[in-house]
Amino acid sequence: MSVHLADVPLWAAILAAFFLVLGAGLALLGTIGLVRLPTFYQRIHAPTLGTSWGAAGMVLASMIIFTAASGRLVLHEILIGVFVTVTTPVTLMMLGRSALYRDRSERNPEVPQFGASDADDDTAQGAS
Amino acid sequence: MSETVILAAVWFAQIALAMAMCLCTWRMIAGPRAQDRILSLDALYVCAMLQLLAFGIRTGRTIYFEAALIIGMLGFVATVSLAKFLMRGEVIE
Amino acid sequence: MRWLLPYPLLALALALMWLLLSGVSPGQVVLAVGVATGASHALAALGEASPAIRRWLAIPTLAGVVFHDIVVSNLEVAGILLGIRRTRGAGFVTVPLTTRSPSALAILSIIVTSTPGTAWIDYDAARNEVLVHVFDLVDEAHWRQLIAERYERLLMEIFE
Repeated sequence: MSVHLADVPLWAAILAAFFLVLGAGLALLGTIGLVRLPTFYQRIHAPTLGTSWGAAGMVLASMIIFTAASGRLVLHEILIGVFVTVTTPVTLMMLGRSALYRDRSERNPEVPQFGASDADDDTAQGAS
Repeated sequence: MSETVILAAVWFAQIALAMAMCLCTWRMIAGPRAQDRILSLDALYVCAMLQLLAFGIRTGRTIYFEAALIIGMLGFVATVSLAKFLMRGEVIE
Repeated sequence: MRWLLPYPLLALALALMWLLLSGVSPGQVVLAVGVATGASHALAALGEASPAIRRWLAIPTLAGVVFHDIVVSNLEVAGILLGIRRTRGAGFVTVPLTTRSPSALAILSIIVTSTPGTAWIDYDAARNEVLVHVFDLVDEAHWRQLIAERYERLLMEIFE
């Protein structure tokens, strides 16, 4: 299926352009944070900008343009939004946990040692 | 008129996303640790997916949507398995 | 009813996804229903219990709260990254939880992580505590109260 952008009414075009700029801008801002922030645990917050409203903006813009240009409801882009919303927390949680595990095993003073899920870290804390 | 508005916005979005992808690549090369590289690889995948959505809007074709969906799924599986490897694949001490 | 559809919500989501990807027509509706039923029966072989939802009315409230918080924290984190707002230091917070329902915990982790500014790092099942990393840490009590009062209470209403 293909549509012509000229068929989109002006108000829809302006709305979609706003969401496009917002989404891409937030994604860019997130990666700027990824480069500028000093520690890993701070950097883990940066990509969520791109995956929450960054992705939502692009998905909304795409939905508006395809719906307005084809004259019928085009909603399949929402699958990308749902998919990104559900998968990003999973990857970030796993990355956070593995980073914490590595930092704890190296006795990195930046991360809290208490509340460790295995007894190994508790004995290590007692020894140090 | 509306075509011009959309094309200008898509042009901005594509340049911004391309810059975002470059920044992710920089962080991936610079590191300093493996978890930073995996985090930036994940961000790179998301930016590539959004870039494909922007391509889809500019060309008015829905084929790019399917490519974006596949990139998103591959990125998810890749990041999860790499994070899992980071946790269990390394001999500690 | 249970033997016909072991996971009604999953089956509905799968059918909707099928229809969104392939377009709505009578033939596709039949296929979608078939695929959704088959897939939920395949999952039932794994023996996972279907989450029971007690109060449907709390779901829109929770969705509204989460939507609002994601918009607000997007603005806050964007402001900090642009240098408009100053961050008052990032840090870890240990949050004690009351719920033990796996579904409530799963949704709470998704909410906490997908909100920019907070990331769910580690969950300790023995102490029922979660380690959260906060980007803009003002005081720890504020974040403990936010997670417990704003999200966990609603999630407990829904699932327990």
